[in-house]
Amino acid sequence: MNMPLPPEPPSDLAPRGRWGTWVAGRIDGVAHTARHPLFWVGAREMSGVSVGLTAWAFTTGVSMVKSGMSVTEALLMSLMVFAGSAQLAAIPLIAAGAPLWVIFATAFCVNLRFVVFSLHLRQYFMFLPRARRLALGYFTGDVTYVMYTRRFPKPADTERQRRAQLAYLWGGNCTNWVFWQVFSLLGIFLGSALPARWGLEFAGTLALLAVTCSLATGRLRALSALIAAAAAISLYGLPYRLNIVAAIVVAVVLCLYLDPKPPRPPPNPAEKEPGHA
Amino acid sequence: MRETDGWTLLAIVGLTVISVVTRSFFFISEREWRLPEWAQRGLQYAPIAALSAVIAPDILLSQGELGNLLRDARTWGALAAAAYYFARRGGSFVLPASIGVGMAVYLPLRLLFNL
Repeated sequence: MNMPLPPEPPSDLAPRGRWGTWVAGRIDGVAHTARHPLFWVGAREMSGVSVGLTAWAFTTGVSMVKSGMSVTEALLMSLMVFAGSAQLAAIPLIAAGAPLWVIFATAFCVNLRFVVFSLHLRQYFMFLPRARRLALGYFTGDVTYVMYTRRFPKPADTERQRRAQLAYLWGGNCTNWVFWQVFSLLGIFLGSALPARWGLEFAGTLALLAVTCSLATGRLRALSALIAAAAAISLYGLPYRLNIVAAIVVAVVLCLYLDPKPPRPPPNPAEKEPGHA
Repeated sequence: MRETDGWTLLAIVGLTVISVVTRSFFFISEREWRLPEWAQRGLQYAPIAALSAVIAPDILLSQGELGNLLRDARTWGALAAAAYYFARRGGSFVLPASIGVGMAVYLPLRLLFNL
């Protein structure tokens, strides 16, 4: 009856107690990260860039409601998907009632640049448990990736460095997220008040056009864009917006065919092991 | 007016999964692994092809047909945005500024001249 309180919460807590402990632990972790000076360095550096991204976020919000989505759907999409160019690409497909797999295939292809980033970030994140890695991946967009890897060209070796790197990245990610969502939501609410005659959804198309131009580094990439555009237009009669997927396949296959193979060192027969393909 | 339906919700949830999977692609699994060589080369052509395939019909087609492009506000807006981008490439805020320039050409043509 008079036993002292146990220092640790007992393991047979009711579910709400366990959740409470978990939430408290997470809040503690977040506060720990936010107290790190580099968190605020990351936040400050990101806010300079984010000002430029606000027009983009606003445009995405406007395009969602102008395509005929309800405010609820647009809010959900903005808060959950959190990917500007994939959203802008998926919006007309959703409005046209394209099959889900066409929408997903298109969004996946638009997002393939993140697959390349993740290969690079792997060496930075592998020490974390999987759930934390996925959360970090989800919140790391184009600009925060570029700023993070520019500031830290090498992954951390010590616990101290790891904490500093993560604090910087989370500082940038949080700023990016807040700027993005605030202006995306502004676009959603103001967009439904602007007249349809203005054709403001064209701003979404222009936003994607600007990203397309930014990706056109190198002749073959520019050619890939031209082939895909021509194929998407000439195959426009295909049902279910299949012209998009078909155009991607045609452009990638043609570019792979035209792409000069990267020069490889000639195989050295002395090093070749038997049975090694 | 409908607020939402199951199909749209499914699309939104699926797109969220795609955001998580593509951004974490190479650190989902603990195992070290590589893409086949052709897929790695294909990675650099697919994103631009996808974006271009989405926007080309939106800029160039009217009701599924190639109309008179010279009398279309979208053509001039898109040309202005692309020209601005390539002229100022590498500058700061060039992406939002390109959208602004494109809209500044598009809106007057559309509203004043009904192009």
